[in-house]
Amino acid sequence: MLDRLTDSFNGLFRKLSGNATLTEKNVRDAIDEVKTNLLDADVHLDVVNAFTAAVLQDALGKDVTKSLKPGEEMIGIVHARLVQFLGGTPDQADPRAALQSTADQTIMKVSPGPTIIMMCGLQGSGKTTTCGKLAALLKKRGRSVMLAAADLQRPAAVEQLHTVANQVEKDFPGGSQVHFYGEPDKVAEYGKAVGIAVQVCQRALAAARAKGVDVLILDTAGRLHVNDELMGELTQVKRLLNPHHIFLVVDAMTGQDALNSAKSFHEKLDIDGVILTKFDSDTRGGAAMSVKHVTGAPIKFVGVGEKLDALEDFHPTRFAGRILGMGDVVALVEKAQEQVNEDEAKKLEEKLAKGELTMDDFLSQLKMLRRMGPLKQLFSLLPGVGSMLKDVQIEDKQLDKVEAMIGSMNKAERKKPDIIDNSRRKRIASGAGVEQNDVGQMVKQFGLVSKLSKGMAGMSAAQKSAAARELGSGGMGGMIPGLKGLPGFGSKGSSFSASPKAKFKKRKK
Amino acid sequence: MGLFSAITAKIKGGLAKTREVFVSGLKSLLLGRKLDEATIAEIRRRLIEADVGVKTTDRFVAHIQEQFRAGRIDKGDQVLEYLKGELRSMWPPEDRELRFAPAGEKPTVILVTGVNGAGKTTSISKLAKLLQSRGNKVMLGACDTFRAGAVRQLEIWGERLGIDVVKGQQGGDPAAVAFDACQAAKSRGVDVLILDTAGRLQTQDPLMRQLTKIRSVVSKQIPGGPHEVLIVLDATAGQNALRQAEEFDRAIAGASGNQPKPADALGVTGIFLAKLDGTAKGGIVVAIKEATKIPVKFIGVGETPDDVQPFEPEKFVDALFEE
Ligand SMILES: Nc1nc2c(ncn2[C@@H]2O[C@H](COP(=O)(O)OP(=O)(O)O)[C@@H](O)[C@H]2O)c(=O)[nH]1
Ligand SMILES: [Mg+2]
Repeated sequence: MLDRLTDSFNGLFRKLSGNATLTEKNVRDAIDEVKTNLLDADVHLDVVNAFTAAVLQDALGKDVTKSLKPGEEMIGIVHARLVQFLGGTPDQADPRAALQSTADQTIMKVSPGPTIIMMCGLQGSGKTTTCGKLAALLKKRGRSVMLAAADLQRPAAVEQLHTVANQVEKDFPGGSQVHFYGEPDKVAEYGKAVGIAVQVCQRALAAARAKGVDVLILDTAGRLHVNDELMGELTQVKRLLNPHHIFLVVDAMTGQDALNSAKSFHEKLDIDGVILTKFDSDTRGGAAMSVKHVTGAPIKFVGVGEKLDALEDFHPTRFAGRILGMGDVVALVEKAQEQVNEDEAKKLEEKLAKGELTMDDFLSQLKMLRRMGPLKQLFSLLPGVGSMLKDVQIEDKQLDKVEAMIGSMNKAERKKPDIIDNSRRKRIASGAGVEQNDVGQMVKQFGLVSKLSKGMAGMSAAQKSAAARELGSGGMGGMIPGLKGLPGFGSKGSSFSASPKAKFKKRKK
Repeated sequence: MGLFSAITAKIKGGLAKTREVFVSGLKSLLLGRKLDEATIAEIRRRLIEADVGVKTTDRFVAHIQEQFRAGRIDKGDQVLEYLKGELRSMWPPEDRELRFAPAGEKPTVILVTGVNGAGKTTSISKLAKLLQSRGNKVMLGACDTFRAGAVRQLEIWGERLGIDVVKGQQGGDPAAVAFDACQAAKSRGVDVLILDTAGRLQTQDPLMRQLTKIRSVVSKQIPGGPHEVLIVLDATAGQNALRQAEEFDRAIAGASGNQPKPADALGVTGIFLAKLDGTAKGGIVVAIKEATKIPVKFIGVGETPDDVQPFEPEKFVDALFEE
């Protein structure tokens, strides 16, 4: 994700810091090269031109050629312009402000309710799934939701939304209710339902009022911006229901033209913002960089997975940081906060302080980590790690192994891993389908971690990180094959001799 | 040739309309115009805006520029001829034909893949209707057991077209559905079996491996199958579609991890380029052809089963320059 953008900017910075004497021509050439990379990353042509022109102007204006550290100066310039193109202002840089979810500001509260949201977009952009994600987000914030199926055109679209609504209601956290409104009997063949959808929306609003729900979300049929009849349907809904928010759903993997269509949607409907979907693909992020500039509407959320809780707020500053390989620690903290329960965290801390950490505690920590998302995605949020990981395969599968090993330990062993002797090791290894050596390593690492954590209780943050560094391989990462060698996840001095990946391969044969 | 010459009159009508637009767009830029550097720059801009990609675009443009500067060409028409010639030779007619099982060895199996929302299920309804209209007995297999409502979506198309649909349980093993569908197709004497699959991103390893599994289940049940593995690409897709084509190709061929695709393994055999009825040009298929040899076989131009056309490189070039 975003590799291409990151690479191209890094190339630019390197070129500028490497030049002994920097001339205006050097700078121009280096920026010219970025152009090709941006186009390769699906940044809209107009945006490529506007962006590079702005960066060049800033660079020459600040006279980077005379700067002592032109590379660093350039990073500052590019970062500022990126933030601007992503739709932000520099003062959004305060990480504490960024920690607050924008969901409540983004989706206003009105009285009397409901807040009406209309979703729209091209066919296949991910509207229905995104409706479910918004519902899950709102549910978590205690706001009740009604999902209304206004796509009468695509076969089974009504059923899809119904299923999604049930899933959110049943499987996702939060106290409020999630309702569904649909009129499956109004579904018609292509082109024959135009206009009926408008009435369905009106009846959905009446139903939402009757139930007193906080937010009504209208899932409309996918359509082309050039289809006047279908675009007219949306303008009618807009006129009759007066939605508080209109969100355009855009696939992050789209090319040059999709942005023109986004612009056209905005011109006809005056949308509030864009929700970018399928961001967990290896999209190079060009659409993200172009939306604001081309359409004039900001990005509000990004979808990062198929699960209904895989929706993130969009923060221009943080996103610019990700593009430049600076990571996004705030996002990481946010993800952790979502999973950690305060009480549990406190208990765990006490246990740690007393050195009473058990394998069960570790297992639940591991499970929590995994709920935060695929490892590679998490690591890419760490500063400087994203680019290192580009060619590294981090397979979550390897965590399965750790889980399996703990899974085949009995109660006593989990509580006091010290008692694991040869015969126990053998049993655990065969139960988990790994080698005895793996079990040994894991238990050893566990011992180090629990010793470290005991010693660390009461240390200052700086002392803690120094201790962790000293311990080298002792970090939790050292316990997990495949994570070694990453900053903060065990160092080169790890007790694993062969590369864990190579070992894993051998075993598979 | 002429495999799908029996396109319905409705489509022909629709096509005539679009062609007029193509031509007028072209006329203003190239036809009957003298070539100059500004026009060449404009050609480059249009190709990039059509998602052809910088690398391929610059190869074309460099050639045009060279010819122009050497005084060998000086008219817009010549550029058009050059581009058409290039693309025509890129996609020879035999490359665009559907592959069928040898006579006496039916059924032919077509496996349809692609990322989420690309247009797989809709495109299947189009292929099904097309093959049906040519006298084939068609059957559909609903291997998208994942997305809510996906099975029902395919079933509805089946009902509308009068075609049998083999399905399994929601959330069940798609390879098992593929197995059942192959069995049913054999026992009911079906000519063509089309398998729908769940949308997946090329970055989702386990799901990509599931595709390998479906492929091998089919191969075991029906020797020589799947005869055709189509990837449905959204015409609005950008450069990422190249990665999609490469990764699906590798997954079908059974290459895991970072392994390259084994040379003679079956991979993706063709592209169904959906949603060309919008303003997106789908130029990425040019780059895909260069990088992977995967040809485009069909284009989708709307949401009904009638909205399908065989891919024709000449028209495609025309459309690239349409405004
Ligand atoms: N305009 C247009 N829409 C299409 C085309 N092909 C598919 N669609 C629409 O794209 C959306 C997603 O299609 P679907 O077949 O469900 O995609 P899948 O998830 O890949 O199976 C649906 O709304 C289809 O009607 C096409 O050629 N043109
Ligand atoms: Mg489908």
